[in-house]
Amino acid sequence: MHMSERADPKTTDTTLPNAGDWNTDTIREEVAALQHEPGALLPILHAIQDRIGYVPEAAIPIIADMLQQTRADIHGVISFYHHFRTRPTGSNVLEVCRAEACQARGGRAFERHVQERLGVGYHDTTADNEFTLEPVYCLGNCACGPSIRVNNDIIGRMTPQKFDQLADKLTTSVLQLK
Amino acid sequence: MTTTIYVPCDTTALSLGADRVAQELQLAAAAQSRDIRLVRNGSRGLFWLEPLVEVETPHGRVAYGPVEPDQIEALVAGGLLDGNAEHPLYLGDIAQHPYLKQQQRLTFARIGITDPICIDDYIAHGGFAGLKQAAVMTPQEIVDEVKTSGLRGRGGAAFPAGIKWQTVLDEPQNQQKYIVCNADEGDSGTFADRLVMECDPYMLIEGMTVAGLAVGATQGFIYVRSEYLLSQKLLDEAIRRAEAQGYLGDNVCGTGRAFRLDVRLGAGAYICGEETSLLESLEGKRGLVRSKPPLPAIKGLFGQPTVVNNVLSLAAVPYILAHGGKAYADYGMGRSLGTLPIQLAGNIKQGGLIELAFGVTLRKILDDFGAGTFTGRPMKAVQVGGPLMAYMPEDQWDTPMDYEAFAKLGAGIGHGGVVVFDDTVDMAEQARFAMEFCAVESCGKCTPCRIGSVRGVEVIDRIRAGDDRDNNLVLLEELCETMVDGSLCAMGGMTPFPVQSVMKYFPEDLMASPRPVEA
Repeated sequence: MHMSERADPKTTDTTLPNAGDWNTDTIREEVAALQHEPGALLPILHAIQDRIGYVPEAAIPIIADMLQQTRADIHGVISFYHHFRTRPTGSNVLEVCRAEACQARGGRAFERHVQERLGVGYHDTTADNEFTLEPVYCLGNCACGPSIRVNNDIIGRMTPQKFDQLADKLTTSVLQLK
Repeated sequence: MTTTIYVPCDTTALSLGADRVAQELQLAAAAQSRDIRLVRNGSRGLFWLEPLVEVETPHGRVAYGPVEPDQIEALVAGGLLDGNAEHPLYLGDIAQHPYLKQQQRLTFARIGITDPICIDDYIAHGGFAGLKQAAVMTPQEIVDEVKTSGLRGRGGAAFPAGIKWQTVLDEPQNQQKYIVCNADEGDSGTFADRLVMECDPYMLIEGMTVAGLAVGATQGFIYVRSEYLLSQKLLDEAIRRAEAQGYLGDNVCGTGRAFRLDVRLGAGAYICGEETSLLESLEGKRGLVRSKPPLPAIKGLFGQPTVVNNVLSLAAVPYILAHGGKAYADYGMGRSLGTLPIQLAGNIKQGGLIELAFGVTLRKILDDFGAGTFTGRPMKAVQVGGPLMAYMPEDQWDTPMDYEAFAKLGAGIGHGGVVVFDDTVDMAEQARFAMEFCAVESCGKCTPCRIGSVRGVEVIDRIRAGDDRDNNLVLLEELCETMVDGSLCAMGGMTPFPVQSVMKYFPEDLMASPRPVEA
């Protein structure tokens, strides 16, 4: 279950929200700022993803070179951790908790509703590029489930109705008349 | 006159609209030309009452909850700023609430009362007393105090903390040693680590600094899961302030000894809660589990002697140093000494944090504290201790919360999470999920875990579909045994526990056809 399998390149290529926001110097800057910390790779990857929204494939050889590690090492770490992604997301990242405490509060039915409403499965981005849907295994809000995270905000006691309102609020795209 | 108002800022309160409550309060107070001082305190841990607003009155703090943002205007008009007792949401002095009054909060004594990052608040409520005590003790005396307390690792393994510290202390002193805090709280149904970090972060800093003085470590790392961004933010700020006041840095509390602390973020991998995987991750690698021995206490982070303790273990240390190990050991039963922060979650009416001496029965937690299920339906199963622990049927709920008593049943206390399910739960679905979760989160190093979990999902699917059920049940039992006996760590080694508990206590669900999920 890794992020790199997520998006169809054809759709993402045309919708890169931050495509112009980085270049190789951006990557070098982030690596240089942290490379002398012990065990620097995770902090470096976080810094890059926080700045750009994902870790571009093109960053891998730069990081490898500067840390004197192999590209395989860097790729291996990126692909191991669910949090790191190598492609851009939609405008909003939506994480739905799939773990037991949320299951006990109707989480499974809620998950299904979210997928049906958005028309995508996990690790997918909606066609209008508004939402990227990810599973998460516990947000630590276990007495008030089902819980989701929308970008950096955790919301508890979700219901299908609450979700629909939220999705409407976050959907900014204008309807296209064909 | 300025009125002080408290609106919690922990993740649960925020998830229920606490920020908007705070904004509306400021607007409503301004509309009435009332001067207010808004304090963003931690949560008291009574989550069904969040957002819980407290008002300072001449007779002490009084609480209202749960407060919805759109109720604020009417509440303020109705005299909330003067502590009006007539309102239906009025709760009075929350400390007198039976849910809190019945608890024995040693570790969580301050949460919800103080402003989490206000260092003066921390000190005014007994903070740093343990560190000041440790500063005038020898390392061996500190370790002895922790041994006396009987403190066992609260992460789940329940290994005696004092013994672990002694091992690191006994390693030669002329080398770098580390204190690593495991804040990768990944078990569903647990949030006590989060409450420490979000509501009382100095307590963790203090506990780690004491550990540093005890074993001769000069550097600590707090490995926080990436889902806990608020914890990271508050810890970073608390560390900065503690350094500025000399509680961290080159000269801890005037001892002439150094201790520095850094927060590191995980990246969404449950396995990194396993201590050796966590160390690999801290070193910047894939979180693959290491074989033991060598123990991390001897060869841990970067190959150096390392104390790896859970947040709750380290958070218990300030009390132990301030009041003595004996005072802590006076709580509890048998070999389970001190208090256990129980996290009541899932389908429960009154979920939250319940800190009590070991020995309380599960039923008391479910009935007296929890007050039944959220849905109002009968309870069917309770999973205590996280996704790798057994589902317990009702006839086991009179078991006292004690490591050994739970182990005798093939269950475990783990990190103290209690997840309640009502009678609509399909236990076969829960068994399947245990295997599925392991397949998603396995580090992949050993075969029983990596492959066994995938095969586990398939076998359970066949059983549920009625496909050669008898033989597949035998196969599932054998698969579980292989995983338990052959896995490198607890991930593969314990994933079968919930599955086996379903086979043993809820076989009828396993034999029934899968139920459609109702949307």
